[in-house]
Amino acid sequence: MKFDVPARPSSNPMASEGSSVFALEDVAVFYHDFKAVRDVNLTIAKNEITAFIGPSGCGKTTVLRSLNRMNDLIPGARVEGIISYRGIDLYAEEVSATQVRHHIGMVFQKPNPFPKSIYDNVAFGPRVHGVKKKSELDAIVEKSLRGAALWDEVKDRLSTSALGMSGGQQQRLCIARTIAVEPDVVLMDEPCSALDPIATARVEDLMQEMKSQFTIVIVTHNMQQAARVSDRTAFFTAEVNPHGDRRTGVLVEYAPTQTIFSNPGDPRTENYVTGRVG
Amino acid sequence: MATASIALRDSAEPLALAAQGGWRSIKNRMMSGLLFVSFLVVMVPLLFVLMAVVSRGAKVMGWSFLTKDIAPIERRPGGGVGPAIVGTLVVTGLATLLATPLGIMGAVFLNEYSAKGVFGRIVRFMANVMTGVPSVVMGLFIYVIFTLTFKQRGVGGSLALACLMLPIIIRTTEEMLKLVPNYLREASLALGTSKARTIVTVVLPAALPGIISGALLAVARAAGETAPLLFTIGAAKSLQINPFADEAMTALPLQIYSNASSSFPAAQARGWGAALTLLLLSFLFTLIARLVSARFATKR
Repeated sequence: MKFDVPARPSSNPMASEGSSVFALEDVAVFYHDFKAVRDVNLTIAKNEITAFIGPSGCGKTTVLRSLNRMNDLIPGARVEGIISYRGIDLYAEEVSATQVRHHIGMVFQKPNPFPKSIYDNVAFGPRVHGVKKKSELDAIVEKSLRGAALWDEVKDRLSTSALGMSGGQQQRLCIARTIAVEPDVVLMDEPCSALDPIATARVEDLMQEMKSQFTIVIVTHNMQQAARVSDRTAFFTAEVNPHGDRRTGVLVEYAPTQTIFSNPGDPRTENYVTGRVG
Repeated sequence: MATASIALRDSAEPLALAAQGGWRSIKNRMMSGLLFVSFLVVMVPLLFVLMAVVSRGAKVMGWSFLTKDIAPIERRPGGGVGPAIVGTLVVTGLATLLATPLGIMGAVFLNEYSAKGVFGRIVRFMANVMTGVPSVVMGLFIYVIFTLTFKQRGVGGSLALACLMLPIIIRTTEEMLKLVPNYLREASLALGTSKARTIVTVVLPAALPGIISGALLAVARAAGETAPLLFTIGAAKSLQINPFADEAMTALPLQIYSNASSSFPAAQARGWGAALTLLLLSFLFTLIARLVSARFATKR
């Protein structure tokens, strides 16, 4: 399965496979006065799958949503520290959140197709970004649905409502919709938590195929999933706040997935991945 | 295991279940019956109104009644409501054109841009206050500030009706926008869509059937208003189509009012006829709006 994405002006052909897409320096995210997560330092490598794992409330989704400025939509949310994407400070004043999200797409926990036809769901993004010709749209829709391993299942009912699909199909449709705008990075927020094991396996296979074209960051509650799909894993945990009962997330350890699961450097990571806590 | 469960089914279990189920189904039937009775109680007045209007209005109803000019002499039978139908369509139509876009934009501002802002709260409060203004006051107000100065009687009537429609449209549209799940907005924004485009292509289509219902409610209310039109458009007997002229127009509610307050049976019959015409007209509006919303509504 192949889908070609045109070379991006920012992508450097000389860059090695491991070059970084995101660099986070001393990042903290607040909701009003509440510090949800602090001291996050990590770099996310190009064409790799990076997994964020950790117990509930550890801030992994918060960090993920700050990578494409989805947190801007939550009143009172603010980011401290620097999140740079290909050398650009994402939170600089002149950066448009809309443009950021064009390059950094997102797949959500709950499949959220639009109440439109399958075709219109996938064509939505390209239309927004100015593709008008029917033939061009047709090509993008087919390519994206093939990319999401959904084409053969839906090619005969493209004009029917997306809400008539199964949950797993809806989630793959959301992936197709995301890749239809040809993003550079795809963020996934627990994309399989609402899916059964078979649908989960299909999405995981799909992620492996997508890796050659996109950089993927996935938040997951499922440690086996992180171990199966990811190249690197960041383990977050929530620690008790001295000034109140709400807990602040911290990044404990960030390493190749192999290391996190077989030879973790921090006892908290070891306790979590071996199932002793969390 | 198998024998044990068979034994259980044969002995005490079914009895206990049956006893409880019996009382439950009695309660269920009682409550369903109560609900049905209250449904009837609600339907009875509506049916009586419909029957009264249809049976009495049908006596004069016909193509000539719908098209003919208003009878010049009150006590004689004959004549029609042609000018009143035209007046209602023109004045209500203009009012809808004024109030619907403004109301929808107001609701979009309230729900999407200033849900908790100070200015938004003021606007929402004012819209609620506006709902409570009696229609006759609205008519007088427009008469004084608009009709006296600009001498455009039809437009004055439309403005008065638009003022009555506006708060209804704002409120119903805002409620419908609140029902649009946030994950649809997020899905659109995550594709790099601007907020404005998200509202136009995702939020409004998802809320469209509800918005149309709200607008219809407002149109139906406006089409039935008498008081705001009395001062503004007057009650002419001849046809006047141009709302921008300084000429009295007429509308169906005004014909119902003037004919019903007459002591002549012929005029009263025309009043019932005008009432039936108004009913048919709002039925027609509803039908058209439903067809339009079915055409444009998003797929469910």
